[in-house]
Amino acid sequence: MTPFRRVVIGSLLILAWPTAQAADGQKVFTQGGANPAAMACLGCHGPDGKGIAAAGFPRLAGLPAGYLSKQLHDWRNGSRKQPVMEPLAKALTEDEIKAVSAYLASLPADPAGHLWRQQIADDPTTRMALYGDWSRQIPGCVQCHGPGGGGVGEHFPPLAGQPASYLVAQLNAWRDGSRSNDPNQLMVGVAKAMTDDEIKAVAEFFARSASQEVTP
Amino acid sequence: MKPFIPALLLLAMSSAQAAPIAMEDQSQLKVPGVQAAPQFVPPAESELPDNAFGKMVREGHALFVDTRRLMPEAVGNGMNCSNCHLDQGRLAHSAPMWGAYPMYPAYRKKNDKVNTYAERIQGCFQFSMNGKPPAADSPQMTALATYAYWLSTKAPTGVEIAGRGYPEVPQPEGGYDFKRGQQVYGEQCAICHGDNGEGQKVAGDYVMPPLWGKDSYNWGAGMHRINTAASFIKYNMPLGKPGSLSDQQAWDVAAWVNRHERPQDPRLVEGSIEKTRVKFHANDGVNLYGQKVEGVLIGQGAGS
Repeated sequence: MTPFRRVVIGSLLILAWPTAQAADGQKVFTQGGANPAAMACLGCHGPDGKGIAAAGFPRLAGLPAGYLSKQLHDWRNGSRKQPVMEPLAKALTEDEIKAVSAYLASLPADPAGHLWRQQIADDPTTRMALYGDWSRQIPGCVQCHGPGGGGVGEHFPPLAGQPASYLVAQLNAWRDGSRSNDPNQLMVGVAKAMTDDEIKAVAEFFARSASQEVTP
Repeated sequence: MKPFIPALLLLAMSSAQAAPIAMEDQSQLKVPGVQAAPQFVPPAESELPDNAFGKMVREGHALFVDTRRLMPEAVGNGMNCSNCHLDQGRLAHSAPMWGAYPMYPAYRKKNDKVNTYAERIQGCFQFSMNGKPPAADSPQMTALATYAYWLSTKAPTGVEIAGRGYPEVPQPEGGYDFKRGQQVYGEQCAICHGDNGEGQKVAGDYVMPPLWGKDSYNWGAGMHRINTAASFIKYNMPLGKPGSLSDQQAWDVAAWVNRHERPQDPRLVEGSIEKTRVKFHANDGVNLYGQKVEGVLIGQGAGS
């Protein structure tokens, strides 16, 4: 069902766009861009775009197109650093970035867990996820990343369903400056205020929350 | 049995009508600027007893942070208590419950009245949440008050404790400027609250609250005052970066937010914005209700 749906969505996207700039998002995903250095996404991000948790390769499926496109541009301009993605992003054309971002956004993703702020947090990790720690100016993760960490709008990507090792790597990248592309530096301060143990625990919390349905 | 039914119907009908204004005087209570560092620490959730009291505190907490979803009959917009009282009503300089609860019942010289804590919360529901307040003896009100009481554990009664309210941010000498405020808004606020103050939703529920328009606080809410919004913003916004704006920026952006239409003041006097301005807004801090901005009358109300 999923490959069929992908074909349908992919062809709809092609039909919807003016033929003059018809880069094929699905083709970029499965075969790569016109430049051979722009490798196919699915090689590392999985055939369904849900990432490969064991390797720490992140989920792309269902992420907002604006967010994905911004990340690719940020690898080009150096505000986000990653040895594999930097050359790859530079090898993609603008049209290909636009097309593959839209395609990835259209891929189905597992729903985020039911995690509402009305719950009382009984352990420190849930408390960090729901409420943060205001003595260190850390808002709760879900306050910006949405209920269950499912993401909000174009700027606040889902945390749910991302491999724990990917989330840990991102928080550490903000701490060491290899990632500095957060709008208004919203993440830098938060990441620097968190301890190693908290980062690990909260990453595992969200990696888990999409895979198991929590009943409220 | 039979005579009861019409009586019940009558009760149901009367409660469906517009609720009387619980606390008509919503004008500002002065909170001085920051002088002493807040010392008070509210109790931790882990200290809650596993009995009826602990259960009620938890219920009050749930209503406090998820008001709109849990009390749809009482909330008429997209706001929760925790939108204006950060960190679940715990955060100093964010009008924490532990700074408010011990100040009630409160006497107001202005109208020679005593207002209870329940009436104060009813005011929040009618103005900040543009809705119908729960009755003073309702289970929800009891739970909300119990939560505030618990947060105030060991706080002194009737003392203006450091950290209460939103500390005053003095109005800059040159006043405020909408254009500069619009710029601050675009750079610092729009990412969460949207280009048009509309907030952001996930699956139909607001995650980031709307700052103007039909789903925001109404023209009677304390936050409609530019000075109050400037204080809130300066000490609490952007989320996780308090104190990052200058006093001038806080005033400018507060003025930009509060020049936009929002639901009408439910105290509207004889349908007249001017009469309402004179009675309720003329001597209430710095606000734009009933005034003209660039030729347009402010306070006409938005949606319903």
